[in-house]
Amino acid sequence: MKEFLLGKLTDQSLPHEWFTIGGTIGFILLPIAVLAILVRIKGWKWLWGEWLTSVDPKRIGIMYFIVAGFMLVRGGLDALMVWLQQALAPSTAVLGAAHGYLSADHFQQIFTAHGNIMVFFVAMGFVFGLINYIVPLQIGARDLASPFLNTLGFWLYVGGVLMVNMFFGLGGEYAATGWLAVAPLSDLQFSPGVGVDYWIWSLQISGIGTTLAGINFIMTILKMRAPGMTLWKMPLFTWGSLCSMIMVVAVFPLLTATLFLMFFDRYFGMHFFTTTLGGNAMMYTNLIWMWGHPEVYVLVLPAFGIFSEVVATYSRKAIASYGSQVIAMFGVTLFALSVWLHHFFTMGAGADVNAFFGVMTMVIAIPTSVLMFGWIATMHKGRIKFTLPMMWFLGFVGIFAIGGMSGVVLAVPPADFQLHNSLFLVAHFHSNVIGGVLFGIFAGINYWFPKFAGFRLNERIGRQAFWCWIVGFCLSFIPMYILGIMGATRRLDHYDPSTGWQPFYIMMFIGGLIIAVGVALQIVQVIASAIQKRQLVDTTGDPWDGRTLEWATASPPPSYNMAVIPNITTRDPLVEFKKNGFPKQPYEDIHMPYNTASGIYIAACAFATCFALVWHINWLAVAGLVGVVVCFIARTFNDKTEYTVTAKEIEKLEYDREEADRAKKPEPGEDMSLWEFIKIAVAWALGLIGLKRRAHGN
Amino acid sequence: MSKHRKQTSVRTIAWRIVLGLGGLTVVMVSLMRGNNIALFNSRGMIAHEQRQLMIHIVVILLVIAIPSLFLLYFTAWKYRESNVKPPRSSKAPGKHSRMLVSTIWLIPSLFALVLALIMWPAAHTLDPKHTIDPGTQPLTIQVVSMRWKWVFIYPEQHIATVNFVQIPEHTPVKFMLTADEAPMSSFWIPNLGGQLYSMTGHQNQLNLVGDMQGDYTGSSAEINGAGFADMKFTARVSPRDAFDFWVSDVKLSGNKLNEAEYQKLLKPSQNNPPTFYAAVDSDLYDKVLMKYMSSMGEDAYMTDMGNHE
Amino acid sequence: METEQGLESHEAASDDRVGFGFWVYLMTDLLMFSVLFATFSVLRNNTAGGPMGNELFKLPGVLAETLILLTSSFTAGLGMLAARRGSKSQVLMWFGLTFLLGVAFLVLELKEFAAFVHEGHTWRSNASLSSFFVLVGTHGAHITSGLLWMGTTLVYIWKRGLDSHLVRKLSLLSLFWHFLDIVWIFIFTVVYLMAFV
Repeated sequence: MKEFLLGKLTDQSLPHEWFTIGGTIGFILLPIAVLAILVRIKGWKWLWGEWLTSVDPKRIGIMYFIVAGFMLVRGGLDALMVWLQQALAPSTAVLGAAHGYLSADHFQQIFTAHGNIMVFFVAMGFVFGLINYIVPLQIGARDLASPFLNTLGFWLYVGGVLMVNMFFGLGGEYAATGWLAVAPLSDLQFSPGVGVDYWIWSLQISGIGTTLAGINFIMTILKMRAPGMTLWKMPLFTWGSLCSMIMVVAVFPLLTATLFLMFFDRYFGMHFFTTTLGGNAMMYTNLIWMWGHPEVYVLVLPAFGIFSEVVATYSRKAIASYGSQVIAMFGVTLFALSVWLHHFFTMGAGADVNAFFGVMTMVIAIPTSVLMFGWIATMHKGRIKFTLPMMWFLGFVGIFAIGGMSGVVLAVPPADFQLHNSLFLVAHFHSNVIGGVLFGIFAGINYWFPKFAGFRLNERIGRQAFWCWIVGFCLSFIPMYILGIMGATRRLDHYDPSTGWQPFYIMMFIGGLIIAVGVALQIVQVIASAIQKRQLVDTTGDPWDGRTLEWATASPPPSYNMAVIPNITTRDPLVEFKKNGFPKQPYEDIHMPYNTASGIYIAACAFATCFALVWHINWLAVAGLVGVVVCFIARTFNDKTEYTVTAKEIEKLEYDREEADRAKKPEPGEDMSLWEFIKIAVAWALGLIGLKRRAHGN
Repeated sequence: MSKHRKQTSVRTIAWRIVLGLGGLTVVMVSLMRGNNIALFNSRGMIAHEQRQLMIHIVVILLVIAIPSLFLLYFTAWKYRESNVKPPRSSKAPGKHSRMLVSTIWLIPSLFALVLALIMWPAAHTLDPKHTIDPGTQPLTIQVVSMRWKWVFIYPEQHIATVNFVQIPEHTPVKFMLTADEAPMSSFWIPNLGGQLYSMTGHQNQLNLVGDMQGDYTGSSAEINGAGFADMKFTARVSPRDAFDFWVSDVKLSGNKLNEAEYQKLLKPSQNNPPTFYAAVDSDLYDKVLMKYMSSMGEDAYMTDMGNHE
Repeated sequence: METEQGLESHEAASDDRVGFGFWVYLMTDLLMFSVLFATFSVLRNNTAGGPMGNELFKLPGVLAETLILLTSSFTAGLGMLAARRGSKSQVLMWFGLTFLLGVAFLVLELKEFAAFVHEGHTWRSNASLSSFFVLVGTHGAHITSGLLWMGTTLVYIWKRGLDSHLVRKLSLLSLFWHFLDIVWIFIFTVVYLMAFV
């Protein structure tokens, strides 16, 4: 009976090691506590009605940022743990470990989780947040094509986040196979625990959310642009997002299918990738990388779009060679689908196959270089303001270029035979993902923050964070390239001290600490800006003298984005409007979607099913599935999904807003320095304690 | 409290970057000295060719990268706000010249073409299956990767070893790689050449040659479980007569790699010390392959035998 | 001021978007199926000594399934024509027929699966059978979802009558149904017919 109810769950599944207890407190209990405090302060109705059930892509975007930011901290902690183990391994053995402070198996779980978290939950989360918030504003749409799919996609993503943190509380193990869980290592034969199952379902549930979001974004961009905005007039961030989403719908189904096949092997004893009875593990490698390679371009194309916007705006010039930029993005999209084998040149496919994929990989460098030259041409004869987004751009260029060059070296099969799975490879892709995707996200957030919040970010602390990232990155990853050339393999939990690698690992750990300071400073930057928001307020909605439509709205925009959707006649429509005046159009009734809890309910049922499948709790799996179907049917037959905001109501809302804007006046004062922030924070903390003492009648 | 802060000048930043990177380079170079920089310390022809290829590619890349990066940072500096007068009238955006567009597409394409022309033949001559010297009869060594050790079988000498392999210098060696009851591993002796996967049910052929005497570390470059980091072996390159002497020495050792002994080896273990077997079943390797290939249809075994030489 | 025209064009734009989005979804579904087809092609001969397709498959039954499904696509097409005419009773009849044919298809397919399992050829026996059961089974699961969709829609039409919303839902449903029919043609060819080549 107990087995029927609980499947493979036992009391051994509960946390009983230092890291599972720590993880449960830090990543399950702490967020719950934060939510509880929020409910206490603002009320459950506010949280549920204004945020959780919201279909407003602006709200959903902010929620993506918050979850992704939280996972950035966890992924970063994983990285520090990895570096610490590798720095300590030859000279210490503590906490019961044979080398360093982690057992080999635990170490392997940490870097696996690190990879999954950073790719699926940090990078995808931030990118989707930005696309959600900004793309509708840029194309003059009021919402995405399907507000329901939007909230569903977000909550499925949260389901994935929950799943990847769940194992701390129940089960105590994650996959120890590397972030893509190659077969047959991930088969039941070699990974009998629940770790790989948690891996499968955290990726599967968020992957399906991503596919739905991809369909949604494509529908929106292709069908909901403002009148007159042809494809060739769209802003480049929208283009980057469109290309990225086309790739999403092209390759995420491959991931979905492959994960199902792996699940079938493990749950039903099938033989797709097993070593016996006809399984073909090499097929898994092919399938997973057919998804895996385009995935990294999914992440970087919106970043390229962000940089195009940033460079154009702060150079006060239209982007040079717009056509080449679009064609280059499409080129990257197309070619990204034809290079997957370069991830396993060493599996033995033969010279012709290897050489073909090597050449295709080099071809991708061409459109990327074109983008780079396009940015140079844009800055040429511009008048460049070196705000933080521009600094992130300059940091991106150098680091991404190094990553790109190391990528071309790796694309040569005989060179790859020496570099495959070495730290050279790890340094290569981190240069591209950190330099390209993460710096793009940082640039985008600093650039569009005034739009999100109504006040801009503190530049001073932001710069300090930037330099911490640059110095930390160089200290962490340049030695990593060297270690690769010295013959160091990735994922080693220990190594012989006679190799001479330890000083390099120590340097990498120190670099990681510096990056951690950078991340902390970024969090401080946001808080300090909030404290100083009256000094940093954005009164016009257009703090950077922007060129694209999102800057023609209030900061933050009202729920309907803009009262009137203007007719577009040029690229960079705002430049045209500022020159010749904004179009005067009468107000019309607007149809806005209602909030809905369907997304939450469906995602919750899906999560229950996935969790049940990890632990073989069959009744719960079926119940969850039934729940998904029932909630889905209930939603699709719900006819009351929209309400109307009449033209008169809009007129009043706009008038009130303009009045409030007129009253806004930025207070004078410089951006807070880090020292000033520390003083304020200490005073606040002391005040909390002081208040407590006073309340207890001292 | 509002002292007028001067922003750090570009010159200062540039100097700090140069000094920082320079300092880092000095530190790293001094730390590298005395250690085995495996990819540069080529001790065999294959590793040497691979190293030369990498250096050529990097040089060609630097030829385009350094000027491009310099151009980008220089342009950013030259057109900074404080250096440029604001335009008196808003200029209409100029039509981008066809020359510019063609150039930004042509230059990267040319470099990609050059690299591809170098890469295609190199991928063929340095393919692991490529025989090193058609005139010489290579030494065949069969390799079975297990959790977490390497078993080496010398079919012509009828001896076997664990975690130790000795080869005569200047003699092409043909490693035939497979695995037994293990996930994919990657057979790698970086000083002698690139790696190749060893997988159950498949056989991969890796041709290497050792041109300088010495002991070199070999390992698995692909994660295959908890004992992954311990899966190391020693590859010794010795003069021909030392090799022959070693073989006869092993033949006197008395251990036999029979079925029982092999089953013991199959059990997961780590840090196996170098072990030597005076005798081994001549069809042990084929039996291992057959064990997995028979699980495919009969055809699979036949077509894969084409890999056998 | 909101006009009838304004509301209609808003609806039309929404319908257009949903239709387009559904096509994109169908393409993602097709990609998923293509993985299963590719997997089947690679693994179809990996029987670990067990029987091959030509020893297991009974073509008459599969032909019956094919004809049933093709007919159901035809009846769905007639149902769509009725829907555009606005005829509720005809819609219920033709789609009802489609539903029954779909059920018949599933019954035959499940009988085939049961026979294999009874003889000891399950999805755990070897890679070839794993890929067979997953490819054909996934198609069957899609048919089941389609039947569920069809059933609930028909109940709604029966209870609430035919309106433009429901006509739109029916058009998406019939698109889905035709898509599944096309996938079946591929399965019939690649899995069953090619086993005898």
